[in-house]
Amino acid sequence: MAMLSFEKKYRVRGGTLLGGDLFDFWIGPFYVGFFGVATIFFASLGTALCVWGAAVGEGLAGQTWNLWQINIAPPPIEYGLGLAPMLEGGLWQAITVCAIGAFVSWALRQAEIARKLGMGYHIPVAYGVAILAYVTLVVVRPVLLGAWGHGFPYGIISHLDWVSNVGYQYLHFHYNPAHMIAVSFFFTTTFALGLHGSLILSVTNPPKGEPVKTSEHENTYFRDTIGYSIGAIGIHRLGLFLALNAGIWSAICIVISGPFWTRGWPEWWSWWLNLPFWS
Amino acid sequence: MAEYQNLFTQVQVRHAPDPGLPIPDPHNRGELSVFSYWLGRIGDAQIGPVHLGWLGVLSLMTGGLSIVLMGLVMWSQVGWDPVQFVRLLPWLAVEPPSPEWGLRIPPLAEGGWWILCGGLLTAAILLWWARMYLRARALGMGTHVAWAFAAAIWLYLVLGFIRPLLMGSWSEAVPFGIFPHLDWTAAFSIRYGNLFYNPFHMLSIVFLYGSALLFAMHAATILAVAKMGGEREIDQITDRGTAAERSQLFWRWTMGFNATMESIHRWAWWFAVLTVITGGIGIVLTGTVVDNWYLWGQQHGLIPVYPEVWEAPIPAPLPGELDGPFHAPTPEGLPGVSSIAPGAWSSLPGTEVSVRFAAPLTSALEVTP
Repeated sequence: MAMLSFEKKYRVRGGTLLGGDLFDFWIGPFYVGFFGVATIFFASLGTALCVWGAAVGEGLAGQTWNLWQINIAPPPIEYGLGLAPMLEGGLWQAITVCAIGAFVSWALRQAEIARKLGMGYHIPVAYGVAILAYVTLVVVRPVLLGAWGHGFPYGIISHLDWVSNVGYQYLHFHYNPAHMIAVSFFFTTTFALGLHGSLILSVTNPPKGEPVKTSEHENTYFRDTIGYSIGAIGIHRLGLFLALNAGIWSAICIVISGPFWTRGWPEWWSWWLNLPFWS
Repeated sequence: MAEYQNLFTQVQVRHAPDPGLPIPDPHNRGELSVFSYWLGRIGDAQIGPVHLGWLGVLSLMTGGLSIVLMGLVMWSQVGWDPVQFVRLLPWLAVEPPSPEWGLRIPPLAEGGWWILCGGLLTAAILLWWARMYLRARALGMGTHVAWAFAAAIWLYLVLGFIRPLLMGSWSEAVPFGIFPHLDWTAAFSIRYGNLFYNPFHMLSIVFLYGSALLFAMHAATILAVAKMGGEREIDQITDRGTAAERSQLFWRWTMGFNATMESIHRWAWWFAVLTVITGGIGIVLTGTVVDNWYLWGQQHGLIPVYPEVWEAPIPAPLPGELDGPFHAPTPEGLPGVSSIAPGAWSSLPGTEVSVRFAAPLTSALEVTP
């Protein structure tokens, strides 16, 4: 069931990190494994808590089932780094624990599947960077600032409001140098992804009547146009580097806002204006 | 566990430079090729040869002239002082004409330089587009790169040409300059009620983050199967090998769904292209169709109701009440600013935000103190 034509010969035992053969099986297309069970546990519990929060209107002035408006807020700042009552942010704390549990289980599940298929560990490591960015937002920065209330609320519009409000707390967040680097990496990643996707499609989908092209065409096209072709393996190294740096610098730009710098970010640049040799 | 993860090329092979495939106009292709050891550590070591047809030459000339003119205009703003030019470069701008000029062409010093630089830059970009298109055709390839590039040009033209045209004023366009274009972005968002509530801005961000996610997933997958030749994607597409099979099964087993070696590049292309297409739609609608995205969001049931944490809210400003330039922080508040070329600025350059509340505010902003 649900197997690709070549799939059967790859479905072999082994490669698990935990649980031995106990959970070493598939359900439909999904591999299960110990960490699959752990992911299901944390993800179901976290989702149920979110639905409960929506049902009781936690963190809101009024209860709503409007998907855009549902908001699960972290505890008020007064609770510091302590546990809050369930309906005053405790729900947010529990959901955060579930989220981290689910994300880490997912990463370890990816590691098990990579082992099973004899692949490198690039995917779980890359996913670990995304987890790092999330943990920076909801654990590291709140701990450095001394209150869980500094985490971002869980809600579609409410998390945008949080980003907007926290940004304006620092007057103009675009002046945050790490934010500049992060945005540049995001744009560059998308640019490089567009180029890479385009190149592969243009080689495999030539004009009518033309045969499929080769890697020599890839290299010649980019040498002709910009003077350099990074090559087939290089573009994937570059892509991974760019994408991971987008996440890493995003985490840096928010963790320095507050713990390291509390004033407007435009003001931070006065060190440049005040360098001794020209001020 | 401590196995080779193929992050760097360990052994580099040097060969005679690859001259490239035959093209109809080989005389336009240079012969200069060099090898770089450090580039060879992550990718191909060979640099060049480059093809320079008249499109490429014209594009580099117009683009270069545009950048040089921008630099000269900025330099002139600091009284041709080379030290102050470097010091203040991040704050310097080539500003578009002020609102009273509408869509007319002002003298050079009053926004004409912006029109000239923008025109030259646009010419350079369009010439480069034609170059990307024709180079692909010369090699018998598809023109996917050119059409992805065209999507980015759409966003560029919306920001600097189409939206100003629709608004009836060049002053709506983005200035050239490092901090000034960031100031424009912030002021634009504030003026139109916070762009975060703009659904096309939301989509653009989704595709931007999605592109980073996709590239991380795809690149990591290919590197993870590189020991089976996974990076030879054309071969894996036309004649599937174990690298493609394993990379597909990885995602099928992980999330129940997988792309193929070819279709992952279609996902990639669309995510990258939709980032700029939806972004351009979001900008072109702002101020033309929708004047305040917060009020728009409220009308359409997007905005959450938060518990009141402050006793008396500050009343919303009346129309016209807040018109005019804001200076934050004050000139005295920052050290070192007084030494800027005298008379050039009244405050730290780049921190003025000029806000106009043109449209009458609706009842949604009325707050009972």
